[in-house]
Amino acid sequence: MRFIFKTDYEQDIRLFRHGGQRFWYGVLAVLLLLAPWWAGEYVMSQLHFILIYSIVGFGLMMLTGFTGQVSLGHAAFLAVGAYTEALLQAAGVPFVISISCAALFTAVLGLIVGLPALRLKGIYLTIATLAFNVIVEEIIARWHSLTGGNEGKHLKPVQILGWKLESDAEFYYLCLVLTVICCLACVNLLRSPTGRAFVAIRDSEVSASCMGVHLAKYKTIAFAFSAALTGIGGALYAHKLAFISPEQFTLFQSIELITIVILGGIGFLHGAVLGAAFIIVLPQLISIAKGWLPEGLVPAGMQAVVFGVILVLVIIFEPLGLYGRWLKIRAWFELFPFYRKGMFRRQKSYMKSERLR
Amino acid sequence: MAGVSLGCVYALVALGFVLIYKATETVNFAQGDLMMLGAFFALTASVMMGWPYWATILFAITVMAVVGMLIERIVLRPVLGQPAFTVVMITIGVGYVMRGVVTMIPGWGTDTHQIATPFAEAIWNVGGVVLPVQQLGVIAMTAALCAVLYLFFRFSRLGVAMQATSQNQLAAYYMGIPVRRVNMMIWGLSAGVAAFAGILLAPATFIHSNMGFIGLKAFPAAVLGGFGSVPGAIVGGLIIGVVEALAGYYLPEGFKDVAAYVVLLVVLMVRPSGIFGETARKKV
Repeated sequence: MRFIFKTDYEQDIRLFRHGGQRFWYGVLAVLLLLAPWWAGEYVMSQLHFILIYSIVGFGLMMLTGFTGQVSLGHAAFLAVGAYTEALLQAAGVPFVISISCAALFTAVLGLIVGLPALRLKGIYLTIATLAFNVIVEEIIARWHSLTGGNEGKHLKPVQILGWKLESDAEFYYLCLVLTVICCLACVNLLRSPTGRAFVAIRDSEVSASCMGVHLAKYKTIAFAFSAALTGIGGALYAHKLAFISPEQFTLFQSIELITIVILGGIGFLHGAVLGAAFIIVLPQLISIAKGWLPEGLVPAGMQAVVFGVILVLVIIFEPLGLYGRWLKIRAWFELFPFYRKGMFRRQKSYMKSERLR
Repeated sequence: MAGVSLGCVYALVALGFVLIYKATETVNFAQGDLMMLGAFFALTASVMMGWPYWATILFAITVMAVVGMLIERIVLRPVLGQPAFTVVMITIGVGYVMRGVVTMIPGWGTDTHQIATPFAEAIWNVGGVVLPVQQLGVIAMTAALCAVLYLFFRFSRLGVAMQATSQNQLAAYYMGIPVRRVNMMIWGLSAGVAAFAGILLAPATFIHSNMGFIGLKAFPAAVLGGFGSVPGAIVGGLIIGVVEALAGYYLPEGFKDVAAYVVLLVVLMVRPSGIFGETARKKV
């Protein structure tokens, strides 16, 4: 058990709470920096996806995990980011500017989507974002002159200031740098009054507005920020795949993105990374498991079943996701032998209608 | 006409949403998949066992009611009373499982199937207007089901108990209503309605493992009518069906698929509580 002896108010908002954290994050940083040396080509490619999904996960975590607004339309933001990047690159715009434009444009779009969010609550908002996703997907498929319709669009490798990022390792470092920047941006935002306002809105809108949090303003900011991160993720996603078409940005993509947040652990930035890693690794595990089964018994729908079962089990037995499991393990070791079973138990609650007064 | 009969199917799926929303204040994203599963059970009964159409309907509804209750008992009971979003994610997971399981079962698989209906290709000619019996049948059966459900909620003890549960779980507990059992029954009822919708939809779209996606179109219907209102779901479903048919006819290609969602967004902007919805006001 570690006791942190506080001698300074600054300590509360430091990036690292104590030396142990500094050490372990340092180890992680070194491992990630050296990844091109220890990882094979295949693992590198998976790492790209994990980093890209982490960025999107951060965006969704800020919105869903910290502000409490559930969106089933983030694939639309991903699509807009990806297509902005593709179009600007085709127009010869340098990468640094084009990815900023992608972020900016999706942020504006997020702002627009965020506006109805001020009137809508809970499930209605989710359905509205779902509708938004379907409409954006259809627009992309139909607007042939701009997006190439269902034939999709091809992208060239990234080029920064005349330096072509053609190899896996170079693209990996680009993703890594952007992921770290996005992560730090989220951490910083959460330490600021804005971030505290987000959490206040999540926990109770009424009490937040009583404490002087301007609901409309902060919800819109949350939407715009989340969309911007997703846009950056989308731009990288487009470069990673080198080919984008509307069917990559369906509602199922949105559901997959929200499961990143749920499986990783809602309300923790670590959860976004863990969830992203899990979502990427899961199909590999399934295909390995398929190898063990006898030939005739390999069903086509197994992936969907496993995915669904894991989702349901996690929500029932581990509401805080993978990161919650880690917290429990850590608490067990820290408090040994005093850990009790009920320490993380959910409070019993009764649902009450919000429809009637 | 095609719009109205498709609208009836939307209405029935929306009705499933509404029933569950009324009782448990959560949205069941697996409603479309329940419908798909119901259609597959009907397929089994009618094609593989060679039962008559009416027996098939009864069989599918009964089996699906049991499936619905089992889902509630096994998956949703543990998170009873948790925030709505938790349940939404669970139902999404259940939907995935159902879609996957269906493709794994021999005889169902990933192929497209069809069931025979008594009113296959027949046409009625009423005063110069040609009416396909197929679609009339869908409309008539929807109307009958709605009447039964209305009477159930209005007059039966169980129906009233279901309404009470939806308004305040805790108070319902205090009044001696077995909230959990009521929830289980409402899931069974809703799954039964879904099976019915699946059977009605089967001649129009055939039966395949992805037919549940039509459930997504029922969202606009449910919202338009006001989530939590049974007549609203029916009216909303009909409006969405007609709007879609008209959009497919008058507007350029591509608008047909989106029309329902555009209507949905407009409704949410202008009047989030829908046509028949009660005004929402949250208490502290």
